[in-house]
Amino acid sequence: MKISINDLRFTYPAGVEALRGISLEINPGEQVAIVGQNGAGKTTLVRHFNGLLRPSSGSVWVGDWDTSKYSVAKLASRVGYVFQNPDEQLFSRDVLTEVAFGPKNLGYKKNKVDELVGCALALTELNDKTETNPYDLSPTWRKMVALASIIAMDTPIVIFDEPTTGQDAVNIARIANVIAEIKKEGKTVITITHDIDFCAENFERVIALSNGEVLLDGEAHDVLGREEILAKTYVDPPQLTRLGKALGLKETVINQEEFLNALK
Amino acid sequence: MAFVNLQNVTYKYPLTKTPVLQNINLQVNEGEFVAVMGPNGAGKSTLCYALAGFVPHFFKGEISGSIEVDGKKSSESTLDEWVLNVGLAFQNPFNQISGAKYTVFEEIAFGLENIGVPREEMKDRVDEAMSLTGISDLADRSPYSLSGGQQQRVALTSILVMRPRLLVLDEPTSQMDPIGTREVFGVVRKMAEEGMTVVMVEHKVEWIAHFADRVIALKEGRVFLEGKPNDVLTSDLLVENGFGISRYTSAAREAKKQGLWKKDKLPVTLFEAAEGFKP
Ligand SMILES: Nc1ncnc2c1ncn2[C@@H]1O[C@H](COP(=O)(O)OP(=O)(O)OP(=O)(O)O)[C@@H](O)[C@H]1O
Ligand SMILES: Nc1ncnc2c1ncn2[C@@H]1O[C@H](COP(=O)(O)OP(=O)(O)OP(=O)(O)O)[C@@H](O)[C@H]1O
Ligand SMILES: [Mg+2]
Ligand SMILES: [Mg+2]
Repeated sequence: MKISINDLRFTYPAGVEALRGISLEINPGEQVAIVGQNGAGKTTLVRHFNGLLRPSSGSVWVGDWDTSKYSVAKLASRVGYVFQNPDEQLFSRDVLTEVAFGPKNLGYKKNKVDELVGCALALTELNDKTETNPYDLSPTWRKMVALASIIAMDTPIVIFDEPTTGQDAVNIARIANVIAEIKKEGKTVITITHDIDFCAENFERVIALSNGEVLLDGEAHDVLGREEILAKTYVDPPQLTRLGKALGLKETVINQEEFLNALK
Repeated sequence: MAFVNLQNVTYKYPLTKTPVLQNINLQVNEGEFVAVMGPNGAGKSTLCYALAGFVPHFFKGEISGSIEVDGKKSSESTLDEWVLNVGLAFQNPFNQISGAKYTVFEEIAFGLENIGVPREEMKDRVDEAMSLTGISDLADRSPYSLSGGQQQRVALTSILVMRPRLLVLDEPTSQMDPIGTREVFGVVRKMAEEGMTVVMVEHKVEWIAHFADRVIALKEGRVFLEGKPNDVLTSDLLVENGFGISRYTSAAREAKKQGLWKKDKLPVTLFEAAEGFKP
């Protein structure tokens, strides 16, 4: 399902102009990473996709729906959003109830709910924690619960806001696996991240925001190689991209495979 | 005598069955910058709580061994006395905002106000701390209407402004943009050079290698590896035990198998990698 953003502007009630004219198209099944400095407007932007925020001007379309005409509850059937801070998202007494809440609420039949919940718990490896209260889990596991409860909703568009924060190498690999699985199903994945190496390894398209505007948008190599422009929004290129530059490699490399091939 | 001295510290929360910290021995000198890394659940935050007095004073549970900072024993102090010397930035910055203040400036000044720092000095210190963490332009904003990384900067600044003798930071850059992360490491390094003792939990290996004096790798409540960043962070044991490593290290390890990396020692930083890969 396509997302179309047309000259989107948003000013918070307190007067902060967070988005200053954003136009983008995100195609069905794309894997997009959004990067950019703290306060650039990344969270503000994606909160427009599921209706948590409404444009001050301009529009956001999800498929054939103008988001300003649909409730958050309605939009939840098309867009799943995993919060940056899981504590804003979680409210159930135990993990199983939390993960089942979304699909139940969307009105899926019991069989389908069970299947989706089972898959989400398996992918995030939460099976042994179903009876635990999310608030008795560590912040890192709470993030996994937040993630599971959104992927269980089986929406065509899934948004992760800083999913790898605080996660160790094993959990980051798990999250990468979740993203790969969702991709296989043909869904759109939009991920906000400061982890540029993770971004390089898992996304085809990268959008860099700066001060409420799109600074760069394109294929991962094109965006992540632009060191000077990225610096304007406080982003460094991936480690191996910087190494490739330091060694004078002709092509921009963004991951280990490309780097080693370029050395040969 | 080390400034921070943990001897055989073993600790169990009231609800955990097995100890979360097991026989921890840790000495940190005054002005030293020690980074702590480890997989999720390794006990990094619990170690921070132990240094900051929250374990056991706030969390209760069972503790043995001794925790000393500047020659004083945690077991013989109250939490109120302890926090005058030790500042902790919590892992979750979203919970750290006091709720008592309307602006970011007042939020950061809150701690100084509580210990009766005169108005003029307070203003200078708050301004200086905010410029260090890059949030001067947020001074008049509400501490609630901020982005994730901005909130984390406010939380960090409100600890830095207190100038604790021991600074304990639990993943202080987890929400920060990449260049901001590097700058915060730089600020912490500078604080250490000025004599502050720092223990910082971090996953960002490249910057640990650049800025920290020493690394402690925790696993399952125990010190798994300890030493100079370049030795610890290139250890073959890290990956198989669930620790993160830098892309330079993993690329060089793979390159070594293919004969493309010739040195014995693997790199952790860009500089080391560039040196080693140069034709
Ligand atoms: N509830 C709010 N009220 C007023 N201003 C806000 C609010 N939330 C965010 N802002 C401001 O809007 C701007 C964009 O914030 P946003 O949260 O979208 O940034 P971000 O790119 O997600 O940053 P981060 O990387 O730190 O999460 C910032 O200047 C921020 O201070
Ligand atoms: N308040 C608590 N009560 C009971 N158990 C706890 C409490 N806090 C943490 N634990 C448990 O103690 C162990 C160590 O947790 P800790 O939070 O110190 O790990 P960590 O290394 O900081 O992990 P993370 O990378 O997820 O932040 C974990 O098994 C955790 O579930
Ligand atoms: Mg954000
Ligand atoms: Mg922790």
